[in-house]
Amino acid sequence: MSTVQELTRTASQIRRDIVRMVCEAGSGHPGGSLSSTDVMTALYFHVMKHDPANWSRSGKDADVFVLSAGHLAPVYYATLSRAGYFPPAELGTLRKFGTRLQGHPCVETGLPGVFQPSGSLGQGLSAAIGFALGKKMDGEKNYVFSLLGDGESEEGQIWEAAIFAAHHKLDNLIAFTDWNGQQIDGAVENVGGLGDLADKWSAFGWNVIVVDDGHDFEKILAAFDIAKASVGKPSMILLKTEMGHGVDFMAGTHKWHGKAPSAEQRDAALAQLEETLGDY
Amino acid sequence: MKEYIVTGKKDTRSGFGDGLYEAGKQNPAVVAMTADLLPSLKMEKFAAEFPERFVECGIAEANMVGAAAGLSLTGKIPFIGSFAEFVTGRVYDQVRQEVAYGHTNVKIASSHAGITLGEDGATHQTMEDVALMRALPGMVVINPCDYNQTKAATIAAAEYVGPVYLRFGRPSVPIFTPADQKFEIGKAIVLEEGTDVTIFATGHLVWEALQACKALEEQGISAEIIDIATIKPLDEEAVLASALKTKAVVVAEEHSMHGGLGELIAGVLARKAPTPMEFVNGGDKFGQSGSPAELMKAYGLDADHIVEAAKKAIARK
Repeated sequence: MSTVQELTRTASQIRRDIVRMVCEAGSGHPGGSLSSTDVMTALYFHVMKHDPANWSRSGKDADVFVLSAGHLAPVYYATLSRAGYFPPAELGTLRKFGTRLQGHPCVETGLPGVFQPSGSLGQGLSAAIGFALGKKMDGEKNYVFSLLGDGESEEGQIWEAAIFAAHHKLDNLIAFTDWNGQQIDGAVENVGGLGDLADKWSAFGWNVIVVDDGHDFEKILAAFDIAKASVGKPSMILLKTEMGHGVDFMAGTHKWHGKAPSAEQRDAALAQLEETLGDY
Repeated sequence: MKEYIVTGKKDTRSGFGDGLYEAGKQNPAVVAMTADLLPSLKMEKFAAEFPERFVECGIAEANMVGAAAGLSLTGKIPFIGSFAEFVTGRVYDQVRQEVAYGHTNVKIASSHAGITLGEDGATHQTMEDVALMRALPGMVVINPCDYNQTKAATIAAAEYVGPVYLRFGRPSVPIFTPADQKFEIGKAIVLEEGTDVTIFATGHLVWEALQACKALEEQGISAEIIDIATIKPLDEEAVLASALKTKAVVVAEEHSMHGGLGELIAGVLARKAPTPMEFVNGGDKFGQSGSPAELMKAYGLDADHIVEAAKKAIARK
């Protein structure tokens, strides 16, 4: 279980990985990957009970994570790799022909750590619900986690899932939203008008925890502790984050949702991110 | 032709309900899920006997598909039940991503398929579902013909590991296949051997094909009747053997002219044994309200139309 100091160092390396991977691939999604790096690092290096060496898709006797916002593949792959699921050298194959690191996560290539495909938005939360239901049926005590985008939450299926999980009292389900306020066509409030997500999830019967700085590890870890203590309600952690966090020219704008940096831009970004664990 | 003893009339969805109950008794991993259609799917017996393995999903089919996929990964065998349109057309993307591309062990229980749903009309009648499901890599597509076969197919679907689309219907139809049959996925069933024409039929049209066989026999025409209970994977060997023998083919199905069993068999024969073919199907049209019998007749899905198609195919030899 990493300390906050170690989490900070790991997150810096994962951000470097993301920038290098997407640049090399020539396409991909750096913006949301950088905004969700801290929560993903906290999850895999502190919060989750998991054993990368003995991972199985059944998730038996372990915590499970289902990525719902599948375009966050760069942060997902970098986190899995740095957590020990596969060698970091493979990160350089992102989006290339024959890779296990498909543009959006899949299971056909057998990449360890990936439970379900995702990319068509709004669906991963339902798959996470299935896992949570199965663990309840088996009397298993582990948790199921799922990461959503705020833009993704415009999908109707998210709210079908919200109703179901509350109705079935899935308190072993902990979802979290990368509330960076940006989506492809602009600011979420100008595109989809989600309003106050905290009010919405509360109204749907969830245990809602708002983290006002989704890049503060102390606050992120405290939120997961509150979520784990929930009885009879699924939890939603809403993390106020900044799109493109950690790279000044990518920060706070939807323009880096799905754009690869040039080699020059990559170098400018890397100059802002400390290499802590060794580049792949 | 053989004497078919009709032991009664029942809807094929009851075969599903009873098969689900049997599968649930045999294997504690079997789970039933529905989107507010418990009685329509005949899941009452299962839900009463195994309440801890019955999951009511509410009117939210998309979430049901994803939840079933996740559940299946924990080792359960979920059957998700709704009307055919609502577990295919409404949730095609979810079935594609979570079930087919996810390679999850989910069984799609598709009731009220085709036009014989009847009075509810075209919003609820799908004749496109087989096309959608058979386009998905790895999806098994089963369309049994009577109560007994549907019950056996349900038990076989539970035993099979992988995604299955199991299609059945609402109206009461004659029960004429054996009560003790073991359903073999991917195997065509030769009901009648003949020499002049082959009639491949699936689902409710199998009984109509047998009636057509009788009528053709009276006119001196020997028809071979093959029940294609599994549409995918298709028993190509059986299809080719029969087409090469009779050299004239009719395909009968309660489905649109696009993407169903007819085009599937046409594709096989075009590649390996070009044969004159005629098609009995719902054409390129939506359904409408009416009794199942009225609709079958109006849309050309009965024995009379099969007889005419058989004669046309033979004339083209």
